[in-house]
Amino acid sequence: MAVDATTVRKVARLARIHIPDDRLEPMAGELNGILAWIEMLNEVDVEGVEPMTSAVETRLPLRPDVVSDGGKAEDITLNAPRSADGFFIVPKVVE
Amino acid sequence: MASDLTSLTLAAARDGLARGDFSSVELTGAFNAAIEAANPSLNAYVVTTPDQALEMAAASDARRKAGTAGPLEGIPLGIKDLFCTKGVRTTACSAILGEFKPPYESTVTSHLWRDGAVMLGKLNMDEFAMGSSNETSAFGPVTNPWRRGGGDNAALTPGGSSGGSAAAVAADLCLGATATDTGGSIRQPASLTATVGIKPTYGRCSRWGIVAFASSLDQAGPIAKTVTDSAILLGSMCGHDPKDSTSLDIPVPDFAAAVSRGVKGLRIGVPQEYRVDNMPAEIEKLWADGIAWLKDAGAQIVDVSLPHTKYALPAYYIVAPAEASSNLARYDGMRYGARVEADSLTGTYEGTRAAGFGKEVQRRILIGTYVLSAGYYDAYYLRAQKVRARIADDFRKAWEQCDALLTPTAPSAAFAIGERMADPIQMYLNDVFTVTANLAGLPGISVPAALDSQGLPLGLQVIGRALDEETVFAVAGAIEAQAGFTARAARWW
Repeated sequence: MAVDATTVRKVARLARIHIPDDRLEPMAGELNGILAWIEMLNEVDVEGVEPMTSAVETRLPLRPDVVSDGGKAEDITLNAPRSADGFFIVPKVVE
Repeated sequence: MASDLTSLTLAAARDGLARGDFSSVELTGAFNAAIEAANPSLNAYVVTTPDQALEMAAASDARRKAGTAGPLEGIPLGIKDLFCTKGVRTTACSAILGEFKPPYESTVTSHLWRDGAVMLGKLNMDEFAMGSSNETSAFGPVTNPWRRGGGDNAALTPGGSSGGSAAAVAADLCLGATATDTGGSIRQPASLTATVGIKPTYGRCSRWGIVAFASSLDQAGPIAKTVTDSAILLGSMCGHDPKDSTSLDIPVPDFAAAVSRGVKGLRIGVPQEYRVDNMPAEIEKLWADGIAWLKDAGAQIVDVSLPHTKYALPAYYIVAPAEASSNLARYDGMRYGARVEADSLTGTYEGTRAAGFGKEVQRRILIGTYVLSAGYYDAYYLRAQKVRARIADDFRKAWEQCDALLTPTAPSAAFAIGERMADPIQMYLNDVFTVTANLAGLPGISVPAALDSQGLPLGLQVIGRALDEETVFAVAGAIEAQAGFTARAARWW
């Protein structure tokens, strides 16, 4: 499953990271190096194996469905690149 | 006076404070001075908080006077930059977090302050904990206090990702430090700096307020000067937290009491698969010495097999990047961090993330996005999670024959800055002995055991059953006692 420059462009778009055109080929090479190494996993017989989801057998805890925190708009927008009156200011999303 | 105080172990400093030999303000002042003098050379701290430290120390001295001293009362610590600290810049050493100052405190650090500890500052690390040499930090690499002997002054890495934590402890710039371990990030730097580092069982420490890398693998733990110091710190760091659904609701044992328990009658497994190709003879010898020490101390040595060991790193390099690509999706330049404006929303996202993430982080996000993308999920992520189940099963079978495993911590001693950056896979191989414990969620500790022919420290790793940190500490305590390792980095900084 070798990756080419077109695939890198597509994946980078999915990941929302701009990769300049002259970096697409080198990045494909780097990713292929790692992916080729990972191919080793195809040797393992995983027939009938349940995928691992947690290290210690445990059940996800439930809590009462009540508001336990909130009213912190100022705190939450404290680090925003742009904000006003407890709101984030973001670029136009809908044309 | 100053250097006397900073060279104490945490346990000795705790005793000294309790006896009134010195105050926390005096102790903290000594560390502030040591950091100011050493940091330009070592770059272990990315933020120092000397005034806040002295205020915390004064409050601690007052609590002691009032008779309400906690278990870490007045003890100055360094905090890895992955832990959110209220009002103190926390960036995971990434440019994308800009000048982020959390309006909240991580659960683990809040436990330390609850128990009376003092914060000296934030410690350098690989960006988002992705690296084994501290070279991916946006603030530049940490320099290992250890140098090769014979007048070779090459700057060495302290390992990573908790390189700042390990270097700060090794250079007496704190009594202990918090760290985190996703594939070996506590134990490998501990091995490279002659410090002790333990990653507890997954779920022992709350992940709340720790910047997320790979959520099913990330676990906090301490780096300290001795096994006892690490046990004292871990005892404070652990504990149930309803804010992390993977935090285990179980009592925290008295870890420090387990350190001197001894290993008489314990069965120590030696996994044959850890004898990797091209293993340096010195690592082989270290391992053999460790086996002999434990035998001397009354343990029984058994050969065990963990047949899926060689698949651990490749499985890790699917699971960790996949989870990272998801966790790091939050850095979009909208709510915090640095934003790079463009003429479209997508352009703003893409520009922000291209400028904010370093090379290794981008590489891992792309790998993660690729293995999770439509049509590849089953072939990569699902298969890796099944291989992970196989690896955990290997350990389960081993526990029928033994109570703990002994292995080397890292495949080599400290290496030079710049030496291994060209080939990512070579860098990834640093974690070959440590990553299995993350995949299986097991506790693992690194204990300094010997110096190699270049005068650099090497560590031994002990892996235990899930939730059996006490046996891990007992074995580590026995190694520490038998090894008699007392070497310190010769001061050049």
